[in-house]
Amino acid sequence: MRLLIGLILSLVIAAGIGLGSTWYALTQNLSFGALELGAWKGYPRNGTVGIDPYARATIARNGELPVGSGDGVAFSTAVDDDGRALDGRCDVVVRGTTPPARYFTITLYTPSGRLVANSLDRYGFTSQELVREASGEFEITVSPRVRPSNWLPTGGIDSYVLMLRFYDTSLGITTRAGREAPMPAIRLTRNCQ
Amino acid sequence: MIRWLLWIVGGLMLGGLVHLTTILALPRTASRDAYARLAALVPVHGFALLPAPTPEASSVPFMDPAFAVAACRYDLAKGPIKLTVPVSQAYTSVTFYTRYDVAYYAINDRAAGRRSIELDLMTTKQRDDLPDDEEVTAADRLIVESPSLTGLIVARAFAPEPSLLPAATAALRAAQCKPQ
Repeated sequence: MRLLIGLILSLVIAAGIGLGSTWYALTQNLSFGALELGAWKGYPRNGTVGIDPYARATIARNGELPVGSGDGVAFSTAVDDDGRALDGRCDVVVRGTTPPARYFTITLYTPSGRLVANSLDRYGFTSQELVREASGEFEITVSPRVRPSNWLPTGGIDSYVLMLRFYDTSLGITTRAGREAPMPAIRLTRNCQ
Repeated sequence: MIRWLLWIVGGLMLGGLVHLTTILALPRTASRDAYARLAALVPVHGFALLPAPTPEASSVPFMDPAFAVAACRYDLAKGPIKLTVPVSQAYTSVTFYTRYDVAYYAINDRAAGRRSIELDLMTTKQRDDLPDDEEVTAADRLIVESPSLTGLIVARAFAPEPSLLPAATAALRAAQCKPQ
């Protein structure tokens, strides 16, 4: 009897810990080898055969097709530089320059990877479309309300993901944070709807 | 007391095993991975354009709306595949995925040069079986080795602004992937 209770206890713990930690790893996008530049996180290894098992499991579950390393690198963030969650009801200012790449795109998604509906059908910008300052820097205002210049509408959703993709770039597995990879700063303002 | 502790420790170790097993098995058991999502839209040995992502629908999550995308499923069981993707105005890339969504090779128009991206896709064995003389004449052709018999080829053509999307889409219409 003791033996049976012990065995059942063991199996319950095993199932709970095992499945619970798998579920946690997949929902938290746990993945190794992130290239962290400010708030932006990229996983250049995910576009190679060297992809880690956690990233593989996450991608299989989400149904994503990762950007291949000979194509480009994708970075994403759901928080600003101070770690505050991006809120579609508030103005978020994305400002700065980007690492060298032939093209880049910045796109706004719901956390599950859908585009965000808005009256302009504006889902993001390509490097060609952005209005830049004389210094070469750009400023994008991610906001529920109409903004001058580079306005990326949020449709007022409460949380979203910004994705910055670089195509034909030297950015990759060997990139270290710092001067070789200047990323735009992200700041959540108090200017809310 | 010690006995219970042993049962608990045993449970924890078994839990670690369950965790690793499920993580490693997931890519092969996921029923809604990218390959499965595209299987209904994309033929074997032929490119199909994926519908542009909208807020309501997207063939796979996190598609870049600035790109026209076409995909082809391949099966190397009967022999190598010949791939031709015309280069569009701005930027074109081709990415190869295994059946279980690992991006094992990607090339863009700069690396490929010319007016189209042309290459042969085959397994390592098929490459080894190439007659030597044929290998010489094919020296200027790019050969890509697929780690799996089946998989997915995704061609992407960039539209720097929305008005250029139809041109990018048109370029992909002429893309071909078929047995040699």
